[in-house]
Amino acid sequence: MARAVSVRRKAVVTLVAWTVGLAIFFPILWTILTSFKTEAQAIASPPLFFGFDWTLENYATVQERSDYFRHFWNSVVISFGSTLLGLLIAIPAAWSMAFVPGRRTKDVLMWMLSTKMLPPVGVLIPIYLIFRDTGLLDTRLGLVIVLTLINLPIIIWMLFTYFKEIPGEILEAARMDGADLRSEILYVLTPMAVPGIASTLLLNVILAWNEAFWTLNLTAAQAAPLTAFIASYSSPEGLFYAKLSAASTLAIAPILVLGWFSQKQLVRGLTFGAVK
Amino acid sequence: MATRHARTAARIMISPAVLLLLGWMLVPLSMTVYFSFLRYNLLMPGMEEWTGWLNYEFFLTDPAFFDAIGNTLMLVGGVLLITIVGGVLLALLLDQPFWGQGVVRVLVIAPFFVMPTVSALVWKNMFMNPVSGLFAHAAKAVGLAPFDFLAHAPLLSIILIVAWQWLPFATLILLTALQSLDSEQLEAAEMDGANPLNRFVFIMLPHLARAITVVILIQTIFLLSIFAEILVTTNGGPGTASTNLTFLVYAQSLLQFDVGGGSAGGVIAIILANIVAIFLMRMIGKNLET
Repeated sequence: MARAVSVRRKAVVTLVAWTVGLAIFFPILWTILTSFKTEAQAIASPPLFFGFDWTLENYATVQERSDYFRHFWNSVVISFGSTLLGLLIAIPAAWSMAFVPGRRTKDVLMWMLSTKMLPPVGVLIPIYLIFRDTGLLDTRLGLVIVLTLINLPIIIWMLFTYFKEIPGEILEAARMDGADLRSEILYVLTPMAVPGIASTLLLNVILAWNEAFWTLNLTAAQAAPLTAFIASYSSPEGLFYAKLSAASTLAIAPILVLGWFSQKQLVRGLTFGAVK
Repeated sequence: MATRHARTAARIMISPAVLLLLGWMLVPLSMTVYFSFLRYNLLMPGMEEWTGWLNYEFFLTDPAFFDAIGNTLMLVGGVLLITIVGGVLLALLLDQPFWGQGVVRVLVIAPFFVMPTVSALVWKNMFMNPVSGLFAHAAKAVGLAPFDFLAHAPLLSIILIVAWQWLPFATLILLTALQSLDSEQLEAAEMDGANPLNRFVFIMLPHLARAITVVILIQTIFLLSIFAEILVTTNGGPGTASTNLTFLVYAQSLLQFDVGGGSAGGVIAIILANIVAIFLMRMIGKNLET
């Protein structure tokens, strides 16, 4: 067993760890604080840490001036839409590879992974031109399609590693009891697979929410999700720190919460099961 | 064993995914390759003509290309260095027992969930701005002249921003790997008289080697395609000082409307990414056997 750790040592480690943790988190904390200041207080010198009048006006301004909620809704539709569509395609594929593996299964999995290695910029021009000619530029549908395709390999891989852990004997038993394929999937597999599917959903919503290559290149005003909306602050007019902070806080808050739930799955999902 | 019926069903279930990915890979990829041999400018529609390797010649002899390759390597290398060294140190720290472990873990992981445009703009304006950024305030407080990060060290600034975003990823994976280390092995080494440094070099580091490799390979895939952080901070400048290959291809094709030249750059980017991918695939493929 581990040795008893002296209280003094533990206190020192606690101090160091909290200092480092807060330092890493500080930019986020600072953004949240600034979002509650007035624009003048946001650039005050010396900077104000807590002694300022808390205000919600930035949040109101961001919504009024730029219809923040529409961009927020675009992000929701695009990230959940692409993830759900991806799951719909991936669940049958991962199921069959995990439970009815053939000689080629490994090759298929590796090949799927290899599509993820394709640098997006290598296919930017064709996708842009196809979208232009089919009227998909600056539409949520277009982004849902692209994000589904780029995240599909990750979704399949994650599901595959989870499905692999479901004992095959249970399926055999169900088959012996006369369950057909449909009821096997519906009543045996699904309940056991729900946790894995839920983590896959969570991680992919996060990835899609933060995706900032295709969303920046394929949207303008209409379908712009938060990634693209926030980018419009790169050429600001007048004082804007507090408003930028308010918009940023709203954009990252939901995903921070989801992200903290998905810590464990993050490692597994992003390493394609190579580190668990 | 699986019946023939089940095998047929399996094949049907897997085919939508395979067909979609096949289409996603082949259609745009072959278009990019085709365009790369054309003189094709979006401002002059209908004037496309075959030019052979001309686009490649122009792209590969463009000084901006060498700048971009250099910047790409610096960006990937710099971020990897910071995140691996920082990640190992942080993982070692977080692996110790202390009060509030869960909370600190959450704080450390948080930057990974911040979207690239937000983190880049927050760092650019609220920290690195030479007039009202926090770094400028700090410099003034200790009597130094504020430093204009993005004007004078654009690439380094971007490296720092991106490293902040990816440090949590490296830390999390290395911590996961560290926690799977058998503590008895460490204790045995300690009893045999190995000091902390020796224990780290001869036991922990070899154990972490695989996780470090995974971190390097996966981050490289993502870091080769860094785009948003550059777009909202420096726009690739000043000049080409912070233009990476991804940004150069974007600028060539969507800002200068040179589809042919941009496509040639895209093909080169694909070739470079594939070299990394081959190593990554081998690592993951080995793992699949067990």
